[in-house]
Amino acid sequence: MTVLGPLGFTAPWLLLGLIALPVLWVILRAVPPAPIRRMFPGVVLLLGLKDEEQVTDRTPWWLLLMRMLAVAAVIVGLAGPVLNPQDEAGDSAGSGPLLVVMDASWSSASDWRARLEALDTLLTRAERDGRPVALMRLTDPQEPQFQAAGVLKSRLTGILPEPWQPDEERMARALSLLPEEDFDSYWMSDGLARDSRAALLSALESRGTVTVFESPRAHYALTPPRFEDGHVALTLRRLRPGPETELSVAAHGLDPAGNPAVLARNPVIFEQSATEAELVLNLPAELRARITRFEIEGARSAGAVALPDDSLRRREVALIAGNENREGLELLSPLHFLHKALVPTAELLDGTLEAVLPANPDVIVLADVATLAPGEEAGILEWLEAGGTLLRFAGPRLAASDVSRSEEDALMPVRLRAGGRSVGGAMSWGEPKSLAPFPEDSPFHGLDIPEDVTVSSQVMAQPDPTLASRVIAQLTDGTPLVTRKRVGQGQVVLFHVTANAEWSSLPLSGLFVQMLERLAVSAMPAAPEAEDLEGTIWQPIRVLDAFGRVGDAGTLPGVAGEDLLSTPLGPELMPGLYQGEERSLARNTVTAETVLEPALWPERISVEGLSRPQETPLAGWLLAGAIALLLADVIASLALSGRLGGPRARGAAAALLAALLILPAQGRAQEEDSDAAAILAASEVTLAHVLTGDRQLDDLAQAGLRGLSDTLFFRTSVEPAEPVGVDLETDELAFFPMLYWPATAGQPTPSAEAYAKLNEYLRSGGMILFDTRDADVASFGAASPEGRKLQQLAAPLDIPPLEPVPQDHVLTRTFYLLQDFPGRYASRDVWVEAAPPDAELIEGMPFRNLNDNVTPVVIGGNDWAAAWATDERGNPLVRMGSGFAGERQREIAYRFGVNLVMHVLTGNYKSDQVHVPALLDRLGQ
Amino acid sequence: MSERIALLRRDAQEEASRFPALLARAEHLAGTVLLGEHGRRRAGMGDDFWQYRPLRPGDTYRSIDWRRSGRGDEQFVREREWQIAQSVQLWVDGGASMRFASDKDLPSKAERARLVALATAILLIRGGERVGFTGWSLPPRNGDVQILRLAEALSEDGGEEYSEPEARGMIPHARALFVSDFLGDLDPVEAALTKAADRGVRGVLCQVLDPSEESFPFKGRTVFESVGGTLAHETLKASDLRDRYLDRLHARKDRLAQLSRLTGWQYLCHHTSDSAQSALLWVYRAMDGGHG
Repeated sequence: MTVLGPLGFTAPWLLLGLIALPVLWVILRAVPPAPIRRMFPGVVLLLGLKDEEQVTDRTPWWLLLMRMLAVAAVIVGLAGPVLNPQDEAGDSAGSGPLLVVMDASWSSASDWRARLEALDTLLTRAERDGRPVALMRLTDPQEPQFQAAGVLKSRLTGILPEPWQPDEERMARALSLLPEEDFDSYWMSDGLARDSRAALLSALESRGTVTVFESPRAHYALTPPRFEDGHVALTLRRLRPGPETELSVAAHGLDPAGNPAVLARNPVIFEQSATEAELVLNLPAELRARITRFEIEGARSAGAVALPDDSLRRREVALIAGNENREGLELLSPLHFLHKALVPTAELLDGTLEAVLPANPDVIVLADVATLAPGEEAGILEWLEAGGTLLRFAGPRLAASDVSRSEEDALMPVRLRAGGRSVGGAMSWGEPKSLAPFPEDSPFHGLDIPEDVTVSSQVMAQPDPTLASRVIAQLTDGTPLVTRKRVGQGQVVLFHVTANAEWSSLPLSGLFVQMLERLAVSAMPAAPEAEDLEGTIWQPIRVLDAFGRVGDAGTLPGVAGEDLLSTPLGPELMPGLYQGEERSLARNTVTAETVLEPALWPERISVEGLSRPQETPLAGWLLAGAIALLLADVIASLALSGRLGGPRARGAAAALLAALLILPAQGRAQEEDSDAAAILAASEVTLAHVLTGDRQLDDLAQAGLRGLSDTLFFRTSVEPAEPVGVDLETDELAFFPMLYWPATAGQPTPSAEAYAKLNEYLRSGGMILFDTRDADVASFGAASPEGRKLQQLAAPLDIPPLEPVPQDHVLTRTFYLLQDFPGRYASRDVWVEAAPPDAELIEGMPFRNLNDNVTPVVIGGNDWAAAWATDERGNPLVRMGSGFAGERQREIAYRFGVNLVMHVLTGNYKSDQVHVPALLDRLGQ
Repeated sequence: MSERIALLRRDAQEEASRFPALLARAEHLAGTVLLGEHGRRRAGMGDDFWQYRPLRPGDTYRSIDWRRSGRGDEQFVREREWQIAQSVQLWVDGGASMRFASDKDLPSKAERARLVALATAILLIRGGERVGFTGWSLPPRNGDVQILRLAEALSEDGGEEYSEPEARGMIPHARALFVSDFLGDLDPVEAALTKAADRGVRGVLCQVLDPSEESFPFKGRTVFESVGGTLAHETLKASDLRDRYLDRLHARKDRLAQLSRLTGWQYLCHHTSDSAQSALLWVYRAMDGGHG
């Protein structure tokens, strides 16, 4: 290799080719560009015309220069230029035996390959000099045996670092193993300060010269994750302060499909000259529970990997209530007390059952939910079998429903008697009952029962042979209060009272929280103390190697609990994850107390580093440059000869440009299209009807809602947009305040997912107006096919008890004062959610204080859509009755529609007593 | 023997396949023009009603219009408007220079010239005129068979580079349509037009040009060749020639327009990039112009 300054050439004689360049210049310059032959009938007009100037006879100088540069680049490139070539000048060589001492700890793992290469060079030189070499790893000291360097060299790949540090004991052992005769030593240090180094160093120095090898590479360490204020906190440390550095910390874990994946990746910035950096991760609990390790990306060392254990896990509890839309009445909410009790210790999941189930929570709480869609029920059963805990609370809905009445429901621990019972109320003789002491086999055994916990209402269990074994708490009179049933690996627990304070004072007491803890709803594993672990044996599941790779623990023996926390790491206690009886513990290479300090060597020791200017071959760059120049030459030549601006080239360019412009535009258009409908529905009040599949009926429903929307627009401040038809299977229902659902005998039954969606819609305050369109001739018996279909359609829906609209229902006075609700037919019976049984007429008040909320369903058979239906110009589509009477009926139908929409939009507003004087005046009382 | 028959048959098929395409396109194009009023404003042979007149001695009973006569006691004869047939003679340049198109999306000049000529012929024949070629090859006749003959004759290519107009066999007071690029020598054209004017023949000169011949969009070192390959011109910088070329082209156009004014002809310059329909309409109006 010939070296010219920092440049070296592998084939310098090729540079002679540069001499040929001037010759090439002359040749290229003499050859003008070739003419184009064109067919042109108008040539007859050109005959005799002379060129005015002789322009492109010769190749222009800049084109020539470009070509010359390209050729020169090719020649130089082929000559193999290398920047900073490695010279083979040897380092100071010694003689006699050589001992290679390696720290071989996790800290040297990150640049282990470079260390091996340095070692390889050292061994090659020793081999050349004929020096015997021995090797000693301080993390695992063995008796050094001097042998030919070649033998050691062949074993080089088998020398690996260990995921722990050489501690005092190992250093002492290494010291004792040193041979007596003189030798030089070469210490490959991991760069970390250690007190025990001094003794070994002086021992080595007494035997011969010591050279220390230390890489200037930055060492990073990651402390175990901590749980702080709902976030995961990690501390990063580095060995030496340095310039501002950005690292990335990845959280590895399993994705929902069970494949390893990076669940989160966050940048961390070390400030200039700082040695510590903090990272706070805000991760959803569900994601947090799946994390198997945190890792500084690219660091490749056990110290840069932190294994989390159970301390990051909190129990996930999903809270679902049957009926939550009691505006403003927070204390009456079925979930309020549960929320308060669980927030400090558990992760709460909100959402629908079907959204929550895939997240696989530890506990699902159903507060007064009676009916579940079939799909939901199957999902819950599967989840229970796999070890979930289903916690149910009773309530008015459960008491009124037929769930678990005649036969035991799969999701109920016991059968229930109809209606429940009420003790200690105004109409009963008894006193509110208190709790009996918990039996020994109950999970609540040992809890103190406060005096003031009383139960005034409860649902009653049917006496069954299995009942006694399922009761885990009862009242003083022996009636079950809490029952439990095992399902697969999971359990179903039923509190026979509500989760709020309506039926008992249990949720107000501290006992409630303790009971939830005992049921493992709100338990959180705390960090164990050494004495807690006394006498336990922990089995390693996964262990780390020095490179930070997680491996299977295989047949590694168990570790005593007291050792697990404090004993230094070693071959008997590998860093990794250990499994105990109930929980797992992680032992990490770096703990919160680990401090990284650079090793300090005395002045007399010479310290080598890995760094060296890197050899850079330049041939590739030069050849690539030549190709780029030649490409430019092609374009320039084309331009010169007039072939670039031809119609074909222009056409191609235009087509390319058009394709570039059109493609993304199309993609955007499609995306925008899908959201447009949702945005439209959400930006205005939009009435909707369920598509039944019967074209004529759907059109009539659409026309009916259009007529109603127009009426609302003219008469009220509600200004609805154009009504829409919704497909229960595909469309989002949340945007619509009300669904009009005409029942036909022939319409398909929605799928389980659609029912789940409908139930969610009803729970979140939506309303469905069912219309059998049969004038209610059957009075909801099974006689009319529509009626039967309606029963079938509505069975899986979570519908409360119903009653015919009472005279004082809020629907009779939300906008107009009405007592009849005719559509095309004028039948009386329209059914709405039943008033609570305790609603009483107060003396002097015209109305009872009824439901606080919007009735989730209105069921009737008056064919309202037909009465409301208008065409685009507002002309009624369907004839009603005869003459004025018919038009009057249509008017009342519109008024019913207005009242209904007002009821949906304003809820119980008109139930307030504000308007009572005016209403009394109108009623003439 | 059989080989020759096969060859003949193949050629015939090729010819036949080309021929209906031209005919069909021409028919299609002609179908876009509504035939206008073409009567003589006097009673005679024709299709259109002219007037009822009382029966006169000498009329056959067959000529009585019984529907009209049944309304009264008199007998009426239904007279039709006299519609006279004109002779129109075509000349379409078959020279090699016409077989040129600057872009593969554009038709060649020959294709466009034939299309316009044949479509005009179809319109004229439908209007009752007799159409043929100048010279003796295909004298003017009427009827659909003549359309087929015209189409067949138009499908043939000529051999020479720039052909001269055929001015023999002009029927006095007939009409004529010359379609060419007129890029060859203009003296024979002048002679032909003068000869036609002598015989009282008036008509239309339709010059078909390719857009590249009008714009001369060439640059750089170029060798220009004629289609037949007999003429060539080399230039080192084609863009310099543009202005002088365009001057010459304009001079040629001016001379053509001048000639047609002198002889009572009408002149149209048509580009193959424009729609054939515009040319057809213009030509048809120009041919029809004498009828007012």
